[in-house]
Amino acid sequence: MTTASIPAVPKRRLRDRLPVVHQLRQSVGLQRGMLVAGLVITALFVLTALLAPVISPYGFAQLRGPDGRFGAQQPPSAEHLLGTTSGGFDVLSRVLWGAQTALFVIIVAVVCSLFIGVLLGLVSGYFGGWFDRVLVVVCDAIYAFPSLLLAISLSIVISGGQSSLWGGILAAALSITVVFIPQYFRVIRAETVRIKAESYVESAKVLGAPHARIMFRHVLRNATRTLPLIFTLNASEAILTLAGLGFLGFGIEPTAAAEWGYDLNKAVADVTSGIWWTALFPGLAIVLAVLGITLVGESLNDLADPRLRGRRRVAQSAGEVAETSVVPGGTLVAGPGGLRGLEDEATFDEHGIEVER
Amino acid sequence: MSTTNTVVSIERLGVSFSTDAGAVKAVDDVTLSVERGEVLAIVGESGSGKTVTAKTILGLLPETATASGAVILSNKAGTGKHDIVSVSKRKLRDIRGADVAMVFQEPSTALNPVYTVGWQIIEGLRAHSEISKKDARAKAIDVLRRVGIPDPETRIDHYPHQFSGGQKQRIVIAMALVLDPGLIVADEPTTALDVTVQAEILDLLRRCRDEFDMGIVLITHNMGVVADLADRVAVMYQGKVVEQATAEQLFADPQDDYTKALLAAVPYVGTGTAKTAARAAARPEGWAEGTPVVEAKGLEIAYPGRFGRQGFRAVNGVDFVIRPGEVLGLVGESGSGKTTIGRAIAGLTKVTGGSLSVLGHEMNGIREREFRQVRSRIGFVFQDPASSFNPLLTIAECVAEPLVVHGRAQNAADARHRVDELLEAVQLPRAYGDRYPHELSGGQRQRASLARALALEPELLIADEPTSALDVSVQARVLELFDELQREFGFASLFISHDLAVVDLLADRIAVLYRGELVEEGTGAEVLGAPRDPYTQRLLASLPVPDPGAQAERREELRRLREAD
Repeated sequence: MTTASIPAVPKRRLRDRLPVVHQLRQSVGLQRGMLVAGLVITALFVLTALLAPVISPYGFAQLRGPDGRFGAQQPPSAEHLLGTTSGGFDVLSRVLWGAQTALFVIIVAVVCSLFIGVLLGLVSGYFGGWFDRVLVVVCDAIYAFPSLLLAISLSIVISGGQSSLWGGILAAALSITVVFIPQYFRVIRAETVRIKAESYVESAKVLGAPHARIMFRHVLRNATRTLPLIFTLNASEAILTLAGLGFLGFGIEPTAAAEWGYDLNKAVADVTSGIWWTALFPGLAIVLAVLGITLVGESLNDLADPRLRGRRRVAQSAGEVAETSVVPGGTLVAGPGGLRGLEDEATFDEHGIEVER
Repeated sequence: MSTTNTVVSIERLGVSFSTDAGAVKAVDDVTLSVERGEVLAIVGESGSGKTVTAKTILGLLPETATASGAVILSNKAGTGKHDIVSVSKRKLRDIRGADVAMVFQEPSTALNPVYTVGWQIIEGLRAHSEISKKDARAKAIDVLRRVGIPDPETRIDHYPHQFSGGQKQRIVIAMALVLDPGLIVADEPTTALDVTVQAEILDLLRRCRDEFDMGIVLITHNMGVVADLADRVAVMYQGKVVEQATAEQLFADPQDDYTKALLAAVPYVGTGTAKTAARAAARPEGWAEGTPVVEAKGLEIAYPGRFGRQGFRAVNGVDFVIRPGEVLGLVGESGSGKTTIGRAIAGLTKVTGGSLSVLGHEMNGIREREFRQVRSRIGFVFQDPASSFNPLLTIAECVAEPLVVHGRAQNAADARHRVDELLEAVQLPRAYGDRYPHELSGGQRQRASLARALALEPELLIADEPTSALDVSVQARVLELFDELQREFGFASLFISHDLAVVDLLADRIAVLYRGELVEEGTGAEVLGAPRDPYTQRLLASLPVPDPGAQAERREELRRLREAD
């Protein structure tokens, strides 16, 4: 029967197991182009945010240099590469510092909503009953509100009108959090309800494993495979919500931090008088940051689904015949090479091959 | 003469798929042909390339596949020939349905639930010819009558859910027949059906061959079905045809080693009788009077209905006992309640009436808290090896779960020594403990599942169709292992299966369940040798045996039984 001569399945190398890196190696053609473009833009955004204090020529709230005041609405020049705003700030510096604010808000908002949403979804889906009903209704109710309206009222409640750097960031982030919690809640709850019926969960129940163990060891780890996708898509939505808040005047004060939405708001009047630089660059920054993150999210989404994933065509009669289960040890070399945790292994016979089973 | 009668001839067919792990070849240099009025069975295990071969005949390969070689399909009149591999998509649409049709495995998903069956049959007719609605309807009624749907004039306006599973498969066959193609490709047409229904569908396919003068390509893994229906058999293994012979010749005198092994692995009814007798003789005095491990009296299990509607009673007044060290085989068709009983014993489903005593605990109204410590004395093996392991844990961690949960070990690493012993007991190399479930084949996973169930040395093991998802040769090994382990560990067992031959191999006693009621119970020799209940008789006669001669006799027997009803 089984003999010792069976070769061990080689461990997949680290670069094949890392998320994103793995998908990058897996992708071809247009999907690869999208992913690469998205990754480059996102990397640029993150780098700018981290290095803003180093690369920006002035501070975000700086009004005067060694030669006195910058002056308002100065066109682009050698001193001010992108000109100055109506308030007399340097546009380039504000755009670069704005990246930092945006990154902080994204991180705080997504991390908070991730933890709360996942926990609620897990508990709610696993136990069901009235607790589940109530939470689902509450989440549906939150969906029914326009998300920006909800964020505005929350930011007023949280910051009480005044805002420091972290106060403003927290206010913006938490108001975004409330909007996002239902999304994570729903996804995790749906996955939990599905996984609850899988036989490995039932087998844990038959063993007499306590609920907490089943929930965290068996259900949670299997329920999180779609999270990276929502994570990236939410991150871009968070930037938009933050910019929306700033534009409407519920964001962060210009002296506390640089914020693209606020700058856009102040630039509205300039546009009609032919001063284009104050509006163009913060706007471009928003578009690029959102575009980059969305591209990454969308291509990860496509790559996670074997049916949407592009592959190179093979030559006629190429490849080795897969071994069938008759051979002791079977063969799984030909199994789907998807990222464990991001994709389901059973999707293979969509393509008419049964090597896995 | 012989060339004009050939409906399809496959020449040197090779199919490769592009996957994430590079190119995979599914079919390699396959040459086959089918004549009119002939049934060619392609048998083989999962991954042998039989389904891919069949799909190539219909040009149904996915975009990730590339094919080489030729598939020459003739129309029924023998006037036109096309090479499916190179033909255009437009031409392919004309050919499908008119020259070649397909019967799918799962009749419930092959029919669209929102249209009447008549509409679906007529759709195929009108796609291929200019035919008036009235004529098309008449034709559809006619074909429904010919596949044995009673009262086709009214049934044609019914929706798929109003038909039983067997009738749905008849309708799928009617859809294939309506354009009178020269060839039907039937991909596991009876796998999803119960054995009594299977016999009727096989009869129908036989009539298709004789009355409609069609060629049939039958894809199956069930050697009994092959013996029942096939004229010629092609055995596929690892993408190649290893043997091709007439059915009589193949079963009487297999040439290839693989075919021999495959035939030897098929379980026969009646092989377990001698073993059961020997075991019964070896029991100590007074064993039958001892406290049973499981005792059911008037057991009732009902699933709650929706909003005031009456609930569905899955199990109704069932009595049985399982004594220590005894294997009770529970047989029944889908929906007979056999799995429900197994789940109730494991505490996964609530008992709603009667009494069920498991290891001295009354299950009717028990609380989970009281039952938890009893769980360490019960093992459970699930049906689907693909989903019974947490995909993110290694096999060793999965097998260690029961030890950790019941405090016999601190963590998985601590339990590793015991896990290695268990893996060896189920004949898996120790190194497999470090693999993930998807890195094991179905049979290996099912063995690991046995190891997990036995980790706490339970007194009772519930096995819910543990081999029904496995290939024949793998099934044989798992059953053998189960038998060995049962002798070694001496646990009592409830072995649930729909396959009489499998149950006969292992069980001391067999209980037959029909629509939630226990119709017959006794030793293998009693139940299978001289069944008293008419349902058991029909079930037994419906089971195809892998021997064309004997199967022809059984068919007669079944016909007689049906007429007697």
